Amino acid sequence: MIKIEDIHKSFNGLEVLRGVSFQVEKGEILALIGRSGYGKSVLLKHVAGLIKPDRGHVFIEGNDMCCLRGKKLEEIRSRFGFLFQSGALFDSLTVYENVAFPLREKTKLTEEEIRKKVLDMLDQVDLIGAENKYPAQISGGMIKRAALARSLVRNPEIMLFDEPTTGLDPIIACAILNLIDSLHQRFGFTGILVTHEIQMVFSFVQKVAMLHEGKILTIEPPEEMQSSSHPIVQQFIAGCVVGPIRYH
Amino acid sequence: MGLIRKLGALTLLGLKRVGRMGLFLVKAFFYASTPPHKFFHLLKQIQFIGFQSMLVISLTGAFSGMVLGLQGFYTLNRFGSTALLGPMVALTLIREIGPVFSALMVTGRAGSAMTAEIGIMRISEQIDALELMGLNPFRYLIVPKLLAGIIALPLLTAIFNVVGIFGGYLVGGKLLGVGEGTYFGEMANYVDIKDILGGIYKSLSFGVLITWVCCYKGYYSGFGAEGVSKATTQAVVLSSVLILVWDYFMTSVLF
Repeated sequence: MIKIEDIHKSFNGLEVLRGVSFQVEKGEILALIGRSGYGKSVLLKHVAGLIKPDRGHVFIEGNDMCCLRGKKLEEIRSRFGFLFQSGALFDSLTVYENVAFPLREKTKLTEEEIRKKVLDMLDQVDLIGAENKYPAQISGGMIKRAALARSLVRNPEIMLFDEPTTGLDPIIACAILNLIDSLHQRFGFTGILVTHEIQMVFSFVQKVAMLHEGKILTIEPPEEMQSSSHPIVQQFIAGCVVGPIRYH
Repeated sequence: MGLIRKLGALTLLGLKRVGRMGLFLVKAFFYASTPPHKFFHLLKQIQFIGFQSMLVISLTGAFSGMVLGLQGFYTLNRFGSTALLGPMVALTLIREIGPVFSALMVTGRAGSAMTAEIGIMRISEQIDALELMGLNPFRYLIVPKLLAGIIALPLLTAIFNVVGIFGGYLVGGKLLGVGEGTYFGEMANYVDIKDILGGIYKSLSFGVLITWVCCYKGYYSGFGAEGVSKATTQAVVLSSVLILVWDYFMTSVLF
């Protein structure tokens, strides 16, 4: 479903990705872990076609995202859902309008059908009652949940989550990850989840990949990752300052 | 050699930026001329750029006309030709002051807001979110603003001119004693359709220029609040300078 092949990317001479390759099968969720500022979000944006690689390819069901343009790219992208770190809700629209926006713009549903779908989605993310509020009037957790509702409202085949729990307290973080798990079971999307909540996501993802120094260090099922003997993986999962990963 | 290399690099960078700006405009016109069109977004932008600028345009128009009436009367009085006050005020407003001042006011009021809005959407990933919904940000953000600028600027300029002419009459006619018939009658004799059309062409081109520069600066604004504030300042300064430069060339070609 998603195949990443030898992606290289530099910004102003700084090499962020140095030959990343992996694959995510249909219906799987892959958790992407690694240190902050080391290219996980950049990699996710490559998958969505928002950034073009210097070298390498991203294939979505055989379509090379790096070469697509215009209508074809729009068509592939409309099969995506993307949960941004900041939520990226349109701040001039209410929560309801934000969730309804992709339906109004990309489908021929009637306003009544849209209303039904949006309210169902808002119910799923426990936001009934906040539908008429603007993003500036709700909390960070509610913004993330509203953004999750918006990204899932068109039943995307591929979901990309960019640190969905960053900046949230542990209870809300856990609630959001549980929500992602239950929505995955309901909708069956293929996903990549960039996260630091290692213990929490290990219970529901099928694979975990660790990005280290611009490359995939290891890609394994969560149980094997947890018992990995690799010193870098061990240090990262345990969250130790002492070890082969140097803290600058 | 080092200096030549630096100069070459600077020239290339400048050319690259101009090229990118040019492509931005070509893309905007391409999407403006092909469906689907976002009429609701267009109406919203006309309301924002046009309707909401009416008060400031009327105020500046009134006082520009009044000062023209005052200065014009004292100058013409030296030559005993105060009867020509009406044509002087009208021609100055219609050919120059109206289009230029309206464009400068719209740049300050709406252009800066356009850059800030698009810039904030850029840094908060809202433009990326649009793209990922399979929607074209140009159709949603740039084209409605470009078309609204083209529609609103000539109308605002017309309002500026009319209010300014009456402002000139208020000072020249009511305060300084130029007769109503003389003021408006001479105006009708001297103002030609070519003058009016020239002013309209100017304001149309200023509409494109303001929205082009301000949208471009917002779309490619830098990171964070500092990036957006820099982009907004650059947009206002560049638009204002380009309005005056472009006005000179338009005047030399049109009149």
